[in-house]
Amino acid sequence: MSGLLRSRGTAWILIAAALALPFAAHAAEFPYLVRVGGIVGLFMLLGLGLNFTLGYVGLFDLGFIAFYAIGAYTTSIAMKAHVPAPAAILLAIAVTVFARLLLGISILRLRGDYLAVVTMGFGEIARLTINNMDWLTNGPKGMQVRPWRPLAFLAKDPNVQFYLLIVAAVLAGVAATRRLEDSRVGRAWVAIREDEVAARLSGIPVREYKLLAFTLSAVFAGLAGSLFALWEQFVTPESFVFWESVLVVSIVVLGGMGSISGVLLGALILAGVPPLMQATLSAEWINYRYLFFGLILVLVTLFRPQGLLPSSRREAELTS
Amino acid sequence: MVLQQLVNALTLGAIYSLIALGYTLVYGILAMINFAHSEVLMLGAFAALGLATILPAAFGTGALGLGGMFVVSMLGAGLVNVIVERFAYRPLRHISRLAPLISAIGVSIVLQNAVFLWLSTQSLSFPQPVEIKQIPLGGGASVSSLQLVILGAALALMALLHFWVEKTKMGKAMRACADDITTAGLMGINADVVIAVTFFVGGALGGAAGVLYGMNYGSIKYNLGFLPGAKAFTAAVLGGIGNIRGAVLGGFILGGLEVLASGYIPNGAQWRDVIAFTVLILVLLVRPSGLLGEKLAEKV
Repeated sequence: MSGLLRSRGTAWILIAAALALPFAAHAAEFPYLVRVGGIVGLFMLLGLGLNFTLGYVGLFDLGFIAFYAIGAYTTSIAMKAHVPAPAAILLAIAVTVFARLLLGISILRLRGDYLAVVTMGFGEIARLTINNMDWLTNGPKGMQVRPWRPLAFLAKDPNVQFYLLIVAAVLAGVAATRRLEDSRVGRAWVAIREDEVAARLSGIPVREYKLLAFTLSAVFAGLAGSLFALWEQFVTPESFVFWESVLVVSIVVLGGMGSISGVLLGALILAGVPPLMQATLSAEWINYRYLFFGLILVLVTLFRPQGLLPSSRREAELTS
Repeated sequence: MVLQQLVNALTLGAIYSLIALGYTLVYGILAMINFAHSEVLMLGAFAALGLATILPAAFGTGALGLGGMFVVSMLGAGLVNVIVERFAYRPLRHISRLAPLISAIGVSIVLQNAVFLWLSTQSLSFPQPVEIKQIPLGGGASVSSLQLVILGAALALMALLHFWVEKTKMGKAMRACADDITTAGLMGINADVVIAVTFFVGGALGGAAGVLYGMNYGSIKYNLGFLPGAKAFTAAVLGGIGNIRGAVLGGFILGGLEVLASGYIPNGAQWRDVIAFTVLILVLLVRPSGLLGEKLAEKV
């Protein structure tokens, strides 16, 4: 099953399906599907990013959404200062990476759950700071973002434009992650996750490699946040609450830590199902969507604790 | 002014400490963050409200009403915690560190939405079994009878917990399991029972904290557990997670910090959570295992 999913042919079929989604949505007169696709894509990017920290190195991060927020707000502020959109995206990634590097340098010596609570604290600090700094971020009222239309030669509908841009970003992210996973760096990360002491004794500079994974994850968060701001044309602190961090952690763990296909599937289910339920269920059932979401989370964890599509390396460990 | 702040800080700190104890007891024995603890707290408050609604005549006000609310909420919250442990955490105990956490997040969402869907989507006013009187302390400061009840109840429960952990056989078994669960099992301690009892005690403390929270703020809602839960967890980590005295110390420090920030810093109420979390991060940078936590040995 997992072999089939990892084959090259399946990958092309999935890419074709992703590109066909706007046509399907158009044909079915259900344009909302494109928006859901875009949201799923953004969470795929976030999941791929957190996968570096949580999946490869095993660092438990409960405040990842803060970097999504930093990316989104940097973009919004840059757009307000009349920076061209592509430059705003690059600037957002740079600022997010720098913020993550600073945090990483100071907190990475903490272990396990202490790291989790400090990152959770940082997430809350970031959100509340954005909320309170009215002069820069317009506080809880949120910020308008100057409209930008990418890929206008491909589609008229801005939702489709951003959807295609997000799909391209996800594909690039997957390609980059795969190259890293099979590299010397990727193997060093897994060695650290499995046994830090043994990794250090084998000559792996543990601290530097942890910091690298921690910082690299911010590229994805910054990019996703930036695309989110440009697409929505509006950001508020409400979009970056603690539950969103929890959602990204759930995507990585439920999909299968350290597994790219797992993270993509996790994002598809956890970020895609609630908005789809919201759009398709009758009014009396809409309120039940989070109840089902919680039940899915519990049941899948109970029956597939290793994740839906665990990495082959991890699966071998858990079943041997 | 200072005295008044101290009274407020102690009241808030007492509530945080009680919640933090629930996190730290479970963490001490299973090294697991019981993410659903904030919902156990919320259910405790709703159980008390339910009792006061069903039996207003017998339990509405006075000492009997107060006692009844505590008994019902503590039993209810403790039982919920035990059931959640049995079905959502125990099957995952030996599998990985993160699986129980994700399961706990799922349970938390389910419990919150169950209350949202079937009990109430709005804030409900919480019954006030204590007649509120201001007792002057001199210098313009005063303590309300409500604050005294909150402090007294919290301290009494902490004393009871201390007695249970230090003096009873079950408490000793719990300490043994927290120390080394495998060895404790080999010595004939039934770890499953000890874990279930620990979850019951932690949940009961959470339920009591829910009642105190409801009395302090006067209304309860399906999502009330999250914020005090997250803060109390922070307090437990600040004190050194897994350490009982650390949780109490952390809770009071956090309460003190919040009251100080709101009272003495311009715009402090807006920034108080930022200040609390910043102090947490700074403390952990200097003392990576919390104030009273033991230094964990490197995994070899």
